[in-house]
Amino acid sequence: MANAVQPAPAAAPAAGAFEPKIVAIFCNWCTYTAADLAGTSRMKYAPNTRVVRVMCSGRVDPQFVLDAFARGADGVLIGGCHPGDCHYIEGNYKCLRRARLLRRMLGDLGIEADRFRLEWISASEGDKVQKVVNEMVEQVRALGPLNLPGRLRDADREMEGAHPAP
Amino acid sequence: MESKTNGGARIGVYVCHCGSNIAAQVDVKAVAEYASALPGVVLSKDYKYMCSDPGQEMIKQDIKDHRLDRVVVASCSPLLHEHTFRTATSDGGLNPYLFHMVNIREHDSWVHEDRAAATEKAKDLVRAAVRRVALHTALETRRVPIHPDVLIVGGGIAGIHAALTVAKAGKKVYLVEKDATIGGHMARFDKTFPTLDCAACILTPKMSEVRAHPNITLWTLSDVVKVDGSVGNFQVTVRRRPRYVVEDLCVGCLECIKACVFKEAKFPDEFNLGLGKRKPVYMPFPQAVPQVVLIDPNTCIEFKTGKCKKTCAAACDRNAIDFKQAEQVETVTVGTIMLSTGFQVFDAVRDPRYRYKQIPEVYTALEIERMVTASGPTAGEIVMKDGRHPKRVAIIHCVGSRDERTNRYCSRVCCMYSLKLAHLIKEHSGAEVYNFYIDMRTPGKGYEEFYDRLLGEGVHFIRGRVAEVTDVAETPEEKGRIVVRAEDTLAGVVRRVPVDMVVLSVGLEPRADSAEVRRLFNISCATGGFFLERHPKLAPVNTATDGIFLAGCCQGPKDIPDTVAQAGAAAAEALMLVMKGHVEIEPNTAHVVESDCSGCKSCIGLCPYTAISFDEEKKKAVINEALCKGCGTCVAACPSGSIVQNLFTDGEIFEEIEGVLNG
Repeated sequence: MANAVQPAPAAAPAAGAFEPKIVAIFCNWCTYTAADLAGTSRMKYAPNTRVVRVMCSGRVDPQFVLDAFARGADGVLIGGCHPGDCHYIEGNYKCLRRARLLRRMLGDLGIEADRFRLEWISASEGDKVQKVVNEMVEQVRALGPLNLPGRLRDADREMEGAHPAP
Repeated sequence: MESKTNGGARIGVYVCHCGSNIAAQVDVKAVAEYASALPGVVLSKDYKYMCSDPGQEMIKQDIKDHRLDRVVVASCSPLLHEHTFRTATSDGGLNPYLFHMVNIREHDSWVHEDRAAATEKAKDLVRAAVRRVALHTALETRRVPIHPDVLIVGGGIAGIHAALTVAKAGKKVYLVEKDATIGGHMARFDKTFPTLDCAACILTPKMSEVRAHPNITLWTLSDVVKVDGSVGNFQVTVRRRPRYVVEDLCVGCLECIKACVFKEAKFPDEFNLGLGKRKPVYMPFPQAVPQVVLIDPNTCIEFKTGKCKKTCAAACDRNAIDFKQAEQVETVTVGTIMLSTGFQVFDAVRDPRYRYKQIPEVYTALEIERMVTASGPTAGEIVMKDGRHPKRVAIIHCVGSRDERTNRYCSRVCCMYSLKLAHLIKEHSGAEVYNFYIDMRTPGKGYEEFYDRLLGEGVHFIRGRVAEVTDVAETPEEKGRIVVRAEDTLAGVVRRVPVDMVVLSVGLEPRADSAEVRRLFNISCATGGFFLERHPKLAPVNTATDGIFLAGCCQGPKDIPDTVAQAGAAAAEALMLVMKGHVEIEPNTAHVVESDCSGCKSCIGLCPYTAISFDEEKKKAVINEALCKGCGTCVAACPSGSIVQNLFTDGEIFEEIEGVLNG
């Protein structure tokens, strides 16, 4: 039972059947609560996000985003409190400046801008969670799979081909 | 069902049906079965209600029977039941932080329509939790002592009631009020619905009691300007604006007002919304608390020219008048804070259809409230600006409420106060009263009966939102009058009703400074700007910030009975913390792993709480965990990865991210 088979993640699906996987990192006080509100209000949205809760968007290490892409995410969404509303005074600003730098780096890595999104969603904006998730899922769906793990594997193989092991 | 790996963890997974709340949209059995095969999972179950006693009992028993060392519950939001399951984990003999919760209700079953996709999502989330929880370590909850004093901001009926409740329990209260007197909006009302009690008769004894109570420190003309610290130990800075009258010396004899060089009162009186006049030295209203006059520097000649004869000061035999009085700043330490900062009425100028401030005889309900009060500017008479008594009065409901253009919400009190004003206007002036309403909303004890009574009193009710208030007459009968045009939706005709006076039933709005206030206290607001409670049903007076409570209309429009009930509840919540004497705090603080720290100081400037310092001897950063609030900003910034945040370690978050993506 230890090695039970599980359904294949959406790594290389057939064209047309692509369901993007989006990692969402939400702050505890605003956006996570907003997603809870969307739930209690029974607002329906696309089932493609997987929420990871952190206390503050300031906790989001850019490596979390890079790691998510490297492990197969097609998109990464960060949600924090509106400017001026951070539960920890200014963590969201720190998140913002890291996100700006990260965005430039992602472009250099060939990861399209629409795959990474930072949104300010307050605890009362359940409808914004619904809107942002739906929008992002459609944008990423239009971009198609990122398949960074596969591309990294290909790159490794190429390197091996160019420099065969002795 | 024994499996190894995952660091040799022995994890128990529980998938909750939540009745059909989860089970209808997520195949909980499939999720539990899937989880049973994950590394480290030794047992996996699904159950109808995990939060029920048998559900919790099951966790406790399984920890013992199966030697579990980690617990994962997939159910609702951790914001709702994390505490419940941590307690069960702890009761079973494990450290409560060896637990992780998965949200498959608010974030899954309630928001997705495709059952297969929702089930897949649940599996992904459970898998991530299983990977994450294996890294959890035992943590100690921090205990913080609670300072017994309570701060209450806003001295309306909510603040007054809460202050008295806390004070009578033997605890000290600081009551901070921005105006010169406590009493708030309620002090301006004539009668209260549905009993028609005189507002002053029921409010002013409580106001005097506040003044007299030894446990209450009352600061009027004061604003909170800074709040530091957290639950149990807030340092609050209060700015006390000068009143130019020494509070301890003034006895409220009013001789100074008589002696003022202005023989006639000629400045608009704020308490009467400008309908009455006052002098530069004045008492806000006869029963003001404290019974101390104040001087308005914007109208006082001494302040404007420095050349006044100062007859007021000469008339005061107690030398209470002090033109040199300066602003004072007080700093107090309190354990808990209650906000009862109230509301403001909708500014009717914003809805141009109703011609407020354009047609002279269009008033807001609050202005009429002052007019019908015996101690008000007209001594209780309903009079028009030309001195005549109106023969016909229209009351327009839902001004600034239930309107796409202004506020969508219902202000809850306007139907009832409109009925009350209809009764009072009829009683005071004998005028015919026409109520224009969308729906009559009279839920509440004795409210519907009051509506019935008004129907019996011959007040007219026309169902229809008023399209326009105009002074353009179309018939001789309308000449010189104000015409209210509305579709009577019961009769199916457009009516033009000529009246002499129009009363706008203005809705309740968050105060203009509510955004600053909520930032000062670090709390959230709901759509529209009212302060957000932690849970609309189960924590209606709590906020997301521990130790800060809400009462009254700052949380949303409500009537006096609900406000008082909420104030009592907020006082009880504050007292609960005070009586217990300490509070337990999440141990999600950060610490530096000294051996890994390179001493780059990147983290130091980032901490919003100045909790990080630099040990010059060791050349390492040091975090003061008593000051750390657990945001994790320093952790994200540390280039050497030497800062660890409990419950949110890099390892735990990476496992979770990788876990949601891959099996």
